[in-house]
Amino acid sequence: MNATVLHYIGKPLKRREDFKFLTGKGRYVDDIKLPGVLHMAIARSPHAHAIIRNVDLGAAKAAPGVRLALAGRDLEGKIGPIVPNWIMPGTKVPFRPVVAIDRVRFVGECVALVVAETLAQAYDAVGLIDVDYEVLPAVVDEEAAIAADAPQLHDNVPGNITTIYKVRGGDYAKAAVDADQVVKLRVVNNRLIPTCMETRSVVAHPDPDGTLTVYMPSQVPHMHRRWIAETVGIPEHLLRVVAPDIGGGFGAKMHLYPEELLCPHLARELGAPVKWWESRSESHQSTSHGRAHTENIEVAIKNDGTILGLKVETLGNVGAYLSNMASGGPTVNTVNFGTGNYRIANYEATSRVVVTNTVPVDAYRGYGRPEGAYIAERAIDVVARHLNLDQVEIRRKNFIQPADFPYRPYGGMAVIYDSGNYQGLLDKALAAFNYDARRNERETLRRNGIYRGIGVAAYTHMCGMAPSRRLASIGFDRGGWESARVAIDSSGRATVYSGSMSQGHGHVTSLSQIAADVLQIPIENIDVIQGDTRQVQAGHGTFNSRSMAVGGSSLHVCSQRIIAKAKKIAAGMLEVDERDVTYAAGQFSVPGTDIAPLTFGKVARMAYVGHKLPDGVAPGLDETEFYDPIGMSAPSGVHLAYVEVDPETGIVDIIDYVAVDDVGTLINPLLAAGQIHGGVVQGIAQALYEEVSYDPDNGQLLTGSLLDYAVPRAEHVPDITSLFQETPSPTNPIGVKGIGESGSIAAPPCMVHAVLDALSPFGIRHLDMPLTPPRIWAAVQNARNGAGQ
Amino acid sequence: MIPAAFDYVRAGSLAEAMNLLQRDPEGTKLVAGGHTLIPTLKLRLASPALLVDIRGIAEMKGIQVSENSISIGALTTHAELLVSEPLHQVLPIFRQAANLIADPQVRNRGTIGGSLANADPAADWPAVMIALKAELEIASVNGSRRVAATDFFVDIFSTALEPGEVLATIHIPRPATGMRFTYRKIRHPASGYAVVGVAAGVAVTGVAADVSIGVTGAASHAFPADVAAKFLVGKPLSRENIEEAARLQSAATECLSDRYASAEYRASLVRTETRRALLALA
Amino acid sequence: MAEAEKRHPVTIEINGTRRTFEVESRKLLVHLIRDDLGLTGTHIGCDTSQCGACTVEVDGLATKSCTVLAVMADGASITTIEGVSPAGSALDPVQTAFHEHHALQCGFCTPGMIMSARQLLRAHPDPGHDDIRHGIAGNICRCTGYQNIVRAIESLVAKG
Repeated sequence: MNATVLHYIGKPLKRREDFKFLTGKGRYVDDIKLPGVLHMAIARSPHAHAIIRNVDLGAAKAAPGVRLALAGRDLEGKIGPIVPNWIMPGTKVPFRPVVAIDRVRFVGECVALVVAETLAQAYDAVGLIDVDYEVLPAVVDEEAAIAADAPQLHDNVPGNITTIYKVRGGDYAKAAVDADQVVKLRVVNNRLIPTCMETRSVVAHPDPDGTLTVYMPSQVPHMHRRWIAETVGIPEHLLRVVAPDIGGGFGAKMHLYPEELLCPHLARELGAPVKWWESRSESHQSTSHGRAHTENIEVAIKNDGTILGLKVETLGNVGAYLSNMASGGPTVNTVNFGTGNYRIANYEATSRVVVTNTVPVDAYRGYGRPEGAYIAERAIDVVARHLNLDQVEIRRKNFIQPADFPYRPYGGMAVIYDSGNYQGLLDKALAAFNYDARRNERETLRRNGIYRGIGVAAYTHMCGMAPSRRLASIGFDRGGWESARVAIDSSGRATVYSGSMSQGHGHVTSLSQIAADVLQIPIENIDVIQGDTRQVQAGHGTFNSRSMAVGGSSLHVCSQRIIAKAKKIAAGMLEVDERDVTYAAGQFSVPGTDIAPLTFGKVARMAYVGHKLPDGVAPGLDETEFYDPIGMSAPSGVHLAYVEVDPETGIVDIIDYVAVDDVGTLINPLLAAGQIHGGVVQGIAQALYEEVSYDPDNGQLLTGSLLDYAVPRAEHVPDITSLFQETPSPTNPIGVKGIGESGSIAAPPCMVHAVLDALSPFGIRHLDMPLTPPRIWAAVQNARNGAGQ
Repeated sequence: MIPAAFDYVRAGSLAEAMNLLQRDPEGTKLVAGGHTLIPTLKLRLASPALLVDIRGIAEMKGIQVSENSISIGALTTHAELLVSEPLHQVLPIFRQAANLIADPQVRNRGTIGGSLANADPAADWPAVMIALKAELEIASVNGSRRVAATDFFVDIFSTALEPGEVLATIHIPRPATGMRFTYRKIRHPASGYAVVGVAAGVAVTGVAADVSIGVTGAASHAFPADVAAKFLVGKPLSRENIEEAARLQSAATECLSDRYASAEYRASLVRTETRRALLALA
Repeated sequence: MAEAEKRHPVTIEINGTRRTFEVESRKLLVHLIRDDLGLTGTHIGCDTSQCGACTVEVDGLATKSCTVLAVMADGASITTIEGVSPAGSALDPVQTAFHEHHALQCGFCTPGMIMSARQLLRAHPDPGHDDIRHGIAGNICRCTGYQNIVRAIESLVAKG
């Protein structure tokens, strides 16, 4: 036979999982039809802040098909409360019942529920629930919420601030004194709705054997198993969480929501499957939002563009309660990264986590890192404009140098950038963008009254939170490891069980590529299983761009263990010393001898028949790894955008977008580019289109449906040139870094800079996202009327 | 996501629909394309007792292009208006406007009659109908009447239709030789409706002999841009005159303000889009 | 509400097979397809007719089935994603192109997107890049950034 070394890593393989989706055979939670299923519907608060005087369930209980109607009072002491999973030290945690008991704090909060035989009956009955409210003053804005006279949300959260976090390095005060100038700006990071195309849904099914199965689109099935067990009071070993195909997650499907607790509880109470499905407009007021920050920034600079110091004050609006990770996002995840890709020795940041009468805010694609990168990038861009320096050259001047890695920004201990080459990224991006020609074109067109702009943004961050033992210090109540199990069958085919959880990422393909390279078996011989806690014993799931760096590395190490054991078995079969056996190209051989090699399949068969195993080697070829990384990987990138702005209408036309990203070793360039495309478009959406809007007077959600909330369509976004640079990460055996969040981190500052560059002839220095046509137009009007910016 | 219960009847003729409507005008809704009504029912923002499905009414369908006029049945879909070759030959503005309405799926179901009768202040067809000087034929058990498009749109979601009346047919006078039309629109990024839309028509014989402009999105209902039209008639269609006409129209328009766009922005778009539409015809 | 809701007979041809149902007036076509017919490839992604995840072909026209009452589909011929390439038959060229160009990630919008792409290619045999983006404007995809979807459709145009 011809032995061929198999190389899958780095190949743009088409996805192995596509066919079910292409033919409508994907299976999402709402597709699961269980006999006898009952339907839950929720009565939600129409008020942003109110006392619940009375809930009258009489008419609802009497309605056709209704099996049960409950208010918060009925559940008190039975399930809940909902507690966050990430509690930063010093955080004051507000009490959050599963269903509001005596007070509601945001429009959309659960106040009562109905379970009925059909979904229509459940909706009908919810309409019959009569709640008597006493409306209280509401506050929706983070700056307003910390004012002295602001309405207070929780007795144990004075001033509406749950957490104050400070990080510093060097001496900012001295830097400010030493500086030629201090430049100040205030930026708003607009509130977003993650908008997974599949909304949330839960089906809880009590099995006759005493277990309870919960089907839900979870990014973190094992975390949900633990949280549901602890909050509902079900022994964890009797709870099975199944996440089937997931229609996008982006962070929104990794928290703990009331409906995910109510369905399991009610299914046990009623002895029947209970299902809840979230409509889109319900989703806008019940699934977590993202971003929602205000930042005040000071930059201490030399007139040659050297940045001496940076000071940041962040207000992170987390909505009415502390959602799952909410105290970590505006703090560790944001301000730790405020210096971006730049050598800024003196840094001082304070973050305040603020509660308001709005939907809870939690992780959304990048969580904190987009906000952090926006701080760094807006700061350096404003400095460039202020000093009239080239936006590229000021970055080059202040970049962390290749020789600096591993780099600890501002001399702190919390952040380490493992590796990178920002100059290489910049040069590659400028070349692909045709920067010099575009600059000339921009100048020529400007003279003709055509306003084009070039935007630049760099980013870096850390992903795959680890190692486990370091997470305690920030109150993150989970580990940093990931599990992998590789089970080889007696024919030599592999089943991979991974604690990671694809939500469209293509893990069946990418994880197979990793396993196949180590196992040296054809990728067709590998099956991948995720998302069933009865099949995958333990895990953390997919968030924080961790799946390849942590989940993939776990699988890599686990696959190596398979080979190590297989080598022992092969040595026994070949009657040689294990150290003399080499495994390559799917064959165990003894170099320098004429001993006939053994195929992987033959060794696998021996592992299971067990006829000729060396002493001390147990039968079977089935290994499990709990891989805890030594550190986190730091992807980076430089993105460039070219836009034309029509000052008369404010409309932005995106002419070009170039993304050069360094995500370490590329597992699959095709899928990697797909992640960049999707992330960049979500970032463009933040910069130009999307914004959750609340009425400041009464706390009503004004972007309650997709008629108001502008998720981009194909016509709204450009083609993206996605290129890569590969600087391997030293923190894991594959050298891979995270990728999923890159685009949504880089694109917002890149787009804003492009638009502001186009508007620079008007003297406009800053505008807050989203840069909608009316907002741009108003800025141009103000500038023309001499108001300036 | 699921409407409250209602009853449903399919009307086989206009007479039948009018009879059903007359029995309970308040509790009855007509449904054709359903692309405004059905989402409203799903969100339980309306709960009529009866839906009368009028899609099967033959006399409300079809596009007729005759020597003096064009008639369009109210049930004609946006997609049918988009692809109609006879219509395109006479009034290419129909293809232009239809292509900017919503999206392909919605165009396949939504009807011009539904769009006009619903009178969304940001809908596209009202501006086009005003510019084309359309007359809307309205039927009821008491007979039929015609209302000029200019008089049909009364306020936000409010028209000249009385309870029990049905918009049956749209009549458009065949444009005079030399009269050309265009439609421009600034779309709301989420809904696709017009933040401001301008349908303009001019006939030039040395000077602007005829000017007809309809504006949507800007105010509580679509309206004719008479200030601009009056200014231009009899004057050369120069850049300066167009600019001045657009400026005067903008200044005379009382614009809507909402979360997305201020009244000032809409007023500015009235000026810009009117100017650009007229320049495209100059 | 105490009395049972009135039902109406509805006969449709679904993926080539004639079926008759008794439905309540308020039942949406998408629920008939998903719940009564068990064809769960047609998805529900919004409630205001924006997202297009529910797109099916009704009498050959791409239609948002969440914005059609089931009773209004009486007499119609409907094709869902399951009918585009029935079991055992080859994939439709649009499906193949989506696979080749990595035009799907989570897959939730994919069936509706494929239905819209089919309609686009039927209505517009030679669409340009902007025509393609305009032609799929009725479908929201949150994962791909649309780029590979556009490429997939372009590849079919190039093939003629």
